[in-house]
Amino acid sequence: MAQLFEYAPAPESRAAAGDIASTYGHYIDGEFVESTGSEALKTVDPSTEEVLAEFAQGTEGDVDRAVAAARKAFTSWSALPGVERGKYLFRIARIIQERSRELAVLESIDNGKPIKETRDVDLPLVAAHFFYYAGWADKLEFAGYGPNPRPVGVAAQVIPWNFPLLMLAWKIAPALATGNTVVLKPAETTPLTALRFAEICRQAGLPKGVVNIVTGDGRTGAALTGHPGVDKVAFTGSTEVGRAIARTLAGTRTRLSLELGGKAANIVFDDAPVDQAVEGIVDGIFFNQGHVCCAGSRLLVQESVHDEVLEALKRRMSTLRVGDPLDKNTDIGAINSAAQLARIQELTTAGEAEGAERWSPSCELPAAGYWFAPTVFSNVSATHRIAREEIFGPVLSVLTFRTPEEAVAKANNTPYGLSAGIWTEKGSRILWTASRLRAGVVWSNTFNKFDPTSPFGGYKESGYGREGGRHGLEAYLDV
Amino acid sequence: MSEPTTALRLDVYKTYKLYVGGKFPRSESGRVYEVTDRKTGEWLANAPQGTRKDTRDAVAAARKAFGGWSGATAYNRGQILYRAAEMLQGRRDQYVAEVAVSEGLTAKKAAPLVDAAIDRLVWYAGWTDKVAQIAGGANPVAGPYFNLSTPEATGVVGVIAPQSGTGHSLLGLVSVLAPVIATGNTAVVALAPNAPLPGLSLGEVLATSDLPGGVVNLLSGRTEDIAPTLASHADVNALDLAGVVAEDGPASAKALETLAADTLKRVRRPDSATSDWTAAPGTDRLLAFLETKTVWHPMGM
Repeated sequence: MAQLFEYAPAPESRAAAGDIASTYGHYIDGEFVESTGSEALKTVDPSTEEVLAEFAQGTEGDVDRAVAAARKAFTSWSALPGVERGKYLFRIARIIQERSRELAVLESIDNGKPIKETRDVDLPLVAAHFFYYAGWADKLEFAGYGPNPRPVGVAAQVIPWNFPLLMLAWKIAPALATGNTVVLKPAETTPLTALRFAEICRQAGLPKGVVNIVTGDGRTGAALTGHPGVDKVAFTGSTEVGRAIARTLAGTRTRLSLELGGKAANIVFDDAPVDQAVEGIVDGIFFNQGHVCCAGSRLLVQESVHDEVLEALKRRMSTLRVGDPLDKNTDIGAINSAAQLARIQELTTAGEAEGAERWSPSCELPAAGYWFAPTVFSNVSATHRIAREEIFGPVLSVLTFRTPEEAVAKANNTPYGLSAGIWTEKGSRILWTASRLRAGVVWSNTFNKFDPTSPFGGYKESGYGREGGRHGLEAYLDV
Repeated sequence: MSEPTTALRLDVYKTYKLYVGGKFPRSESGRVYEVTDRKTGEWLANAPQGTRKDTRDAVAAARKAFGGWSGATAYNRGQILYRAAEMLQGRRDQYVAEVAVSEGLTAKKAAPLVDAAIDRLVWYAGWTDKVAQIAGGANPVAGPYFNLSTPEATGVVGVIAPQSGTGHSLLGLVSVLAPVIATGNTAVVALAPNAPLPGLSLGEVLATSDLPGGVVNLLSGRTEDIAPTLASHADVNALDLAGVVAEDGPASAKALETLAADTLKRVRRPDSATSDWTAAPGTDRLLAFLETKTVWHPMGM
């Protein structure tokens, strides 16, 4: 398709990310400390493969120290009047707003996601989560969990790389508001904004040990989630790791909440406004490079409008700009890591091998870095791997249906149950469909919307518990 | 014509059966085990020894019943639970006798436990059409969206019924079962192996309460056969380990939770062995087997 407009690059300043140290240790008991081990990992800018910094591979000793610091801090933090705890969270929220450009650029560099999204989606939501839960800190007796809800204790929190700061906010804000202390482990490909957040905790004057950040890979995560000194484990990530954590905690009294994978159906009925639906489909699967657990990765289109929708979708995909995450024009940034790129390539190869029809708009991908063009598979059947397995990339599988019953059956035909989308002009059909979908979040005539007041979490093997809203308090309260 | 005899009249013994899919089958194994009087040790009855196959049949029945039961109006579910209380009240004496022999109590001590079980059904009957209002609601999102969170049933819930505590055999059972079904789930229950009779008889109450077949399935037998089957079954969505008391072995909390991890079942961990089933229940169990569904829709002209 001919380009209607050429866009000059509009690069955001890399310098706005502030100084990135060459090496990082952990943040334990209010101090940046060196690891007790000698192993270091590297975090790279996935759009250039340039090494950004080295950081510590947390050892069991590091985890011990962090848990001990959190345990020590718990006594006074949980005894603090809610109104004062809340003020710390308000302070953090404000500092995040003040430093949001810095954090957005740093997040883009470390993660590969476009600055447009970190600036307009991630950072505003991160601040909003701290504001929202700040206000709960002195109102917990009204939350519906009894007259005197108590914090659980020390929370071990392990978060993924797709929304590094946002997932941190989802985990830390409710934990602190309810009087818990935390040890958080960011993902090994995106540790930088969590470490920068530690500075924010210091600026806010947060008491030592209330928030501790330990970096490292899955080994550190396993040491943390299996640590006998933690009272609560909160994990967001793959279903496989979630299962392993559930096994580890079997027979203990450690509380667990899990936010795992998804394979969301985005259902387009024949009366849906096509242009609006196509925007939602694009938002559903290409937002954040498709690195979204609730991404609308299975498009279910009513057969009678399949060709029309697919054609409009391809036309729209041709206008997506893939490239430099720091260019404000960029829609799709870099794939977060070489490993993730390999996973996407494996599954798309399987999609072709199983007979689905692959299409991508022509787009030039940068030579260095990890990139994947937005891709749509049509002629997909429900048994194909690309229709069953979470790809976690900008890859959409299109299936068809004839009746609403068939749409619901196909939508529910996966072990996952995180999210779903419905596109139709008919209100009663929205409600009929929404009530039959086994999914924790249902977006009707919209997709991928988030808000701190709105509970998020899955049915079935997408995990248990809810984050966000009043419901998100429960995971951190002894009820 | 002979005189009426004054000879002893033989009691008609009851053949206790499982309650699965609204029917009262014998165990597919054809096997039974002896249930004895807790105090005297005397033989009371032969209870069916439910097997893994019986358990899988019960799960299938519970799954089949789930759509209709979770889709029924909350008002209707409340009516049915209240009806169950009525039926239990009508057979009060029978249950007093069964609880007494099952738990080694006098009839005088068993009676208030049966009354409490009746009242517990009434309590949960009243919850069915209120829980959505306390557990859900509108979320004030920062944007032009209508955003509503609603609690929904989790699905098929495996319940390991209480095996200890005063009143566990009926009051404890009702206390863990009623909240599961009040919220629209269906249940497969492993009854306390050494005190299954009140539970097996409860099936007769449920069968005459307009409760659709399969909503509640009651199994007696060895916990180490039934519980691991429930924990590992891919079509069971949640597990209430209320009565799990084994410190180790195949029916321990650790073993069952490990099995449940494979399918990421929601697990409610065991209650204390000294649980007081007469205490006011609160909403904990009611909320434990609910999912929260949040629906977004744009607002605008």
